[in-house]
Amino acid sequence: MSNKKKYWKNLSDLSSERNPSIDGIQHREFVDKIPVDEFLGDKENLSNSSTSRRDFLKYLGFSTAAATLAACEGPIVQSIPYVVQPNEIVPGLANFYATTISNGYDFANILVKNREGRPIKIEGNTIAPFSSANARVHASILDLYDSGRLAQPIKNGLPSSWTEFDFETKRKLKEIDNSSKSIVLLTQTFASPSTNKLIDEFKNKYANVDHITYDSISESAALDAFEKRYGQRGLANYDFSSADLVVSIGADFIGDWQGGGFEDGYTKNRIPKKGKMSRHIQFESNMTLSGANADTRIPIRISEQKLVLLAIYSKLFSTNNKINLSENLQNKVDSTIKEILNSKKNAVVVSGINDVDYQGLVLQINEKIKSKAFKPNQIIKTRLGNNAKVSNLLEQMQRGKVGALIMAGVNPAYSMPNSNEFVEALDKVDLSVSFTMKNDETAAHVHYAAATSHYLESWGDAEIRHGELSLIQPVINKLFDTRQFQDQLLIWSNNNKSYYQYVKDNWKENILEDTYWDKALHDGVYSKKNSTISKSKFLRSAKYKTYYTDLNDLINKVSSTNNLYELTLYPKIGMGDGQQANNPWLQEFPDPLTRTTWDNYLTISEFDAKKLDLYLEPSTFFSESSHDADGGLNGKYAIVKLNDISIKAPVIIQPGQARGTVGLSFGYGRSKGVKDEMKTGVNGYQLYENFKTDQLVSIQVTDGKHEFACIQLHNTLMGRGEILKETSLEVFNTKDQKYWNAETVVSLNHIETPVSSPKVDLWDEFDRSIGHHFNLSIDLNACTGCGACIIACNAENNVPVVGKREIRKSRDMHWLRIDRYYSSEETFHQDDKKKDDISGLESSLTSFGELESPSENPQVAFQPIMCQHCNHAPCETVCPVAATSHGRQGQNHMAYNRCVGTRYCANNCPYKVRRFNWFLYNHNDEFDYHMNDDLGRMVLNPDVTVRSRGVMEKCSFCIQNTQAVILKAKLEGRPVAEGEFNDTCACASACSTGAMRFGDINEKESEIYKLKHDKRAYHLLDSVGTKPNVVYQVKVRNEKKV
Amino acid sequence: MNIRYKKQYLRSYNFRNFFNFSKCSFIHLFFSLFFIFSYTNSFAQDIDIAAGKTLFNANCAACHKLDKKMTGPALRHVEDRLLNDQGLDKQWLYAWIRNSASVIKSGDSYANKIYSEYNRAAMTAYPSLSDADIENILAYTNQEKTVPVAAATATSTTGPSNDLGLSNDIILGVFTFLFFLLAIGLFLVSNTLRNFAILNDVKLIEEEKSKPLWKAFIDNQFLMLCSAILFLLVSAYGFYGWTMQLGTNQGYMPVQPIHYSHKIHAGDNQIDCNYCHSSARVSKHSGIPSLNVCMNCHKTIYEYTGETSEEYSKAFYDDEIQKLYKAVGWDDEVQEYTGVTYPVKWIRIHNLPDFAYFNHSQHVSVAGIECQTCHGPVEEMEIMYQHSPLTMGWCINCHRETNVKVKDNEYYAKIHEELSKKYGVEQLTVAQMGGLECGKCHY
Repeated sequence: MSNKKKYWKNLSDLSSERNPSIDGIQHREFVDKIPVDEFLGDKENLSNSSTSRRDFLKYLGFSTAAATLAACEGPIVQSIPYVVQPNEIVPGLANFYATTISNGYDFANILVKNREGRPIKIEGNTIAPFSSANARVHASILDLYDSGRLAQPIKNGLPSSWTEFDFETKRKLKEIDNSSKSIVLLTQTFASPSTNKLIDEFKNKYANVDHITYDSISESAALDAFEKRYGQRGLANYDFSSADLVVSIGADFIGDWQGGGFEDGYTKNRIPKKGKMSRHIQFESNMTLSGANADTRIPIRISEQKLVLLAIYSKLFSTNNKINLSENLQNKVDSTIKEILNSKKNAVVVSGINDVDYQGLVLQINEKIKSKAFKPNQIIKTRLGNNAKVSNLLEQMQRGKVGALIMAGVNPAYSMPNSNEFVEALDKVDLSVSFTMKNDETAAHVHYAAATSHYLESWGDAEIRHGELSLIQPVINKLFDTRQFQDQLLIWSNNNKSYYQYVKDNWKENILEDTYWDKALHDGVYSKKNSTISKSKFLRSAKYKTYYTDLNDLINKVSSTNNLYELTLYPKIGMGDGQQANNPWLQEFPDPLTRTTWDNYLTISEFDAKKLDLYLEPSTFFSESSHDADGGLNGKYAIVKLNDISIKAPVIIQPGQARGTVGLSFGYGRSKGVKDEMKTGVNGYQLYENFKTDQLVSIQVTDGKHEFACIQLHNTLMGRGEILKETSLEVFNTKDQKYWNAETVVSLNHIETPVSSPKVDLWDEFDRSIGHHFNLSIDLNACTGCGACIIACNAENNVPVVGKREIRKSRDMHWLRIDRYYSSEETFHQDDKKKDDISGLESSLTSFGELESPSENPQVAFQPIMCQHCNHAPCETVCPVAATSHGRQGQNHMAYNRCVGTRYCANNCPYKVRRFNWFLYNHNDEFDYHMNDDLGRMVLNPDVTVRSRGVMEKCSFCIQNTQAVILKAKLEGRPVAEGEFNDTCACASACSTGAMRFGDINEKESEIYKLKHDKRAYHLLDSVGTKPNVVYQVKVRNEKKV
Repeated sequence: MNIRYKKQYLRSYNFRNFFNFSKCSFIHLFFSLFFIFSYTNSFAQDIDIAAGKTLFNANCAACHKLDKKMTGPALRHVEDRLLNDQGLDKQWLYAWIRNSASVIKSGDSYANKIYSEYNRAAMTAYPSLSDADIENILAYTNQEKTVPVAAATATSTTGPSNDLGLSNDIILGVFTFLFFLLAIGLFLVSNTLRNFAILNDVKLIEEEKSKPLWKAFIDNQFLMLCSAILFLLVSAYGFYGWTMQLGTNQGYMPVQPIHYSHKIHAGDNQIDCNYCHSSARVSKHSGIPSLNVCMNCHKTIYEYTGETSEEYSKAFYDDEIQKLYKAVGWDDEVQEYTGVTYPVKWIRIHNLPDFAYFNHSQHVSVAGIECQTCHGPVEEMEIMYQHSPLTMGWCINCHRETNVKVKDNEYYAKIHEELSKKYGVEQLTVAQMGGLECGKCHY
């Protein structure tokens, strides 16, 4: 009996009607034709070739054998010593130089660590007044080694020389000088006395010179208000350490508000001392770092912010204007006002409202309450841009009245809201020069792109605050044929001096009073004695009496917004104004709040997202929506429309975003002068109309799904308060430690035993009381989540950059992460309670589901997590090759060369701090970041191994530095000095707020010993019994009901 | 590629010395006779020259040579030259030597000319030199030049250990050849005798043919099995040993761009290692000295005057010094730096892998370990090579065996007292101090 069974592969195969196309495919092995002929080329030629197949195989075999043999020889390493070794350089020892960053956006006094002549790391200059270096400042060292830097001046897009540049520009300037047209210097804020003097001299040399300062993210409103009230241009200083009550209305002062740098003072008063700490109330639209750190956060629209400020003003000045606020908001404003009145001079009010009138109100309020923290006499000079002048310049250019436009440190073709108009107007300028490090958007449209030096290759000075002077000195020879702007000004002014000599002379003549140049250069800073007049004197001399605000007028101007959304443009901590966009460290820096890397996005509340169809349903087992199967976060795209400008931006749901508002960050969407990988995000400057950070926009959903690269996908603590312990100041002051910081107990023979007891331990205790025993303390009250530690760690430990694609697969390599948690209920305590109240299956299913989603206005907490260096480390016991082991000094060691990459350790780590090298991240074109080119690799720390593919890595407690301190003591034949270990950890040393403290707990007098035994101290997941060497301090919130 | 590996094989020194002995003693005898003869000769001429030479070397040699312009002028026949060319007598010379500054100050034209010619570098005053001393020095400078003779003797008076390798080989070869001849001779003799015996019908005793040993061996299965296993084990052990030395580069002896002899510097002239490798005391790197360190001495040492051999002649060494001058940009003729430099690309010999952290200062300054402990007899190395395997096992062994040097180091005071009490020992080894922990070297 023949088998009639028919096997079929698809429906057309089964059907009786034969499909000719299927028939054809069925008889072929490959569906597509294999291009053999193409591959082998000319067949005739091939057959006529004298090389037979056998010959070919012989050659192949021979060359393989030869190559194998040749490969047997080891590589030859050359050592090239100096011909004349400089005295200060000893190979293998680091030198530190004090200098200052002043790139127009960031200003800080820093120390630069040099190894064998290469700057490799930036640290805060602790003897200086502005020692807090943020993430961008730490990352700026990598900008020096940017392979995309201009290596020589460019003329009309072609390489040129400085001789040609000098000759032609001088001639041109002379021509313009003789014409009626003007010469305009459009520069960043230099805040430099010497540069100001130089520009004045340049003005004397050429007639009709105009100097316009342009800040890409303008603080012009605050500057104008200050000028109107006090008669000079600058910003008031705020010393938050002397404020018991901080009321911020839309001011992200922990971020970059008015130049930034306020977080040190702020956190000083945030750590409870003698039962007291400051209280922080934040009214804002976007969720900002300041809002995340606030004790009370009230999300409102910008229009409401204005009304809140007016309400406070009206109450304090008893003007009794009628201000319409919703009942709920009115209550909160009333209680805020009550608190201000209670605190009186211990309160301070700050605002980020981008309007000169409102900034004026803030100054008046602080004067009225005699705020101690408000210091207008200490004038900050880090932002001096003038919107009106910049707008006027554009007009002048369009009318052809500008003969020469010389730009330095600015990139208007990118950062101007109407950059297209600017580019068009550039054509009408006879001579356009841009001093730039990159071939950026502006450089592409000017006659001459003058390759300028990095600040680490330059001389200079800066007066960050009135009377506080800093010096900028080069720490490396110029890498390329570059010239700094000031040197060019000297050449144009026919001055033969170098700028170094110019600065030196200026300082000796006009600045230094009681010290020497060498000393000032060594310190990097110099404070002018008696230069700052007292506050009372300053206020008396101010001309504010003529200044008057019509409150009713302002109230009437606050418009209702109908269907439009209020957009707040903001700078991201990691990117600032966007000049460092080609910095892979910063691109991969996770935003403290959204934890998203390599992107900017439109932040929107869940409520509005649902309303506008911008919301992706949570992924389920059956459908991928908000997250992919590998966890990658997805978002929809929205069209943001402002008048006739519209941009398409991905949308991220931001808990805490006020309803009716959206946020978009500056700094992204660069199109020129950056590597393709770094062309991320959208350009927020396009919506920066009239240099106002608040805009009314319409929002529409559009097609497409955006893939985000988030390094934290889970948003809430799920009621597990023991991970991030927190309490209120009231409880902290009144209740016993056991109530708010109880140690976990386990059952031993039905007796509750503390988990730290040796009786319940799996392992035998090792005596660590001899020698050093390192501990790291992290104060959750002082940690603002700014992330400077992350970049410092990257620089110190040669942490590779892996790129957006890998981050999306959760293959981030950061040794240190700052977890951010939102509360699911209004507070974390309510989360805990909700979890504790769960009983039964049904309740647990629903409640746990609900706990996953954050509240609309959540509490936020940050928790830096790195390897906890457990004394009883779970990773060590599972390593099959003993690649990770414990040292007597408390560090958990990781021997990369021993690791075979089983990843058991990472799986057994309860803290998930181990990172696996999935690929070779250096010398690999697939990861074309700084470690793929010779220049970028110059930043690598020679004391730390560059890890290869297939090995596990993690935080080492910067063992290279603790060992170096020990060796230094041994060489000097002395015990390690007290506190000498504190700054050895890159993260602790970078933490300007003092949230991280590192040291030896066997030194009984040390700060770390006290912190370890503080009643706020706890260990992360102590129930696991790992006995970590990282200790956290319970977060205390100053909660009062508003 | 200008590189060669040269393995240092163990040599049977006893065997070699046997051959050296006879030859050496003969050469020694010959040359000592020669020297005694020549010395007596010179003593007869002028008894003060030796003292003059000592004085010259002690006081003048830093700036003057006999035949070569240096910081100061060449001094051979200086007395005659001054008298003949300038008409200056000995009194002028005395005044100059005892206080040149005052001569210059007095406005003496020749003194000023010399002063400005030599970059206005004032000559040190020697008021303490007596007339007799100066006479002796001048007598020394008045000696005739004897260059070719000196060179010839230098070549032939080489040390016994240096150039006899070749002749040893020849002797060995000759002996081997003789043995070979002897063996052939014996075989021939034996054959001839056997033929004689056959011719003379002498009955040779035929040995009883038994089973040959190898056949018996093969037949014994058990023995075969055992020896096969033994063979495998031995070869596995050998293979393991071979793989263990792969990549260790022990004995790595590359050809360097300048033939720098540690033997001459550290051995013959006993220069302290730390003089050149100064950063070894303070830094993780021992540091290859920058060329200005070489010039501290080589500004005055422009030629090699030590022992030479056939392979390494004076001309060879002088040439190497010239290479240094070229690299550092020193014009020996005018005694000036030209500013044109060619940094030397030394071949690095001791290469630790990137993942191993080693700090010289820890070992040199803190522990006080001699450089030779790891680098071997550097002072005997004509060409530098890697003496130690530099493997982890080698490091660890030393850490296990060596005691921590705690004396006079306050850092160790507390920890050593506590730890030694804990372990119940007088002296802690590096291992007990924590020197075997992974993280101490790998991070």
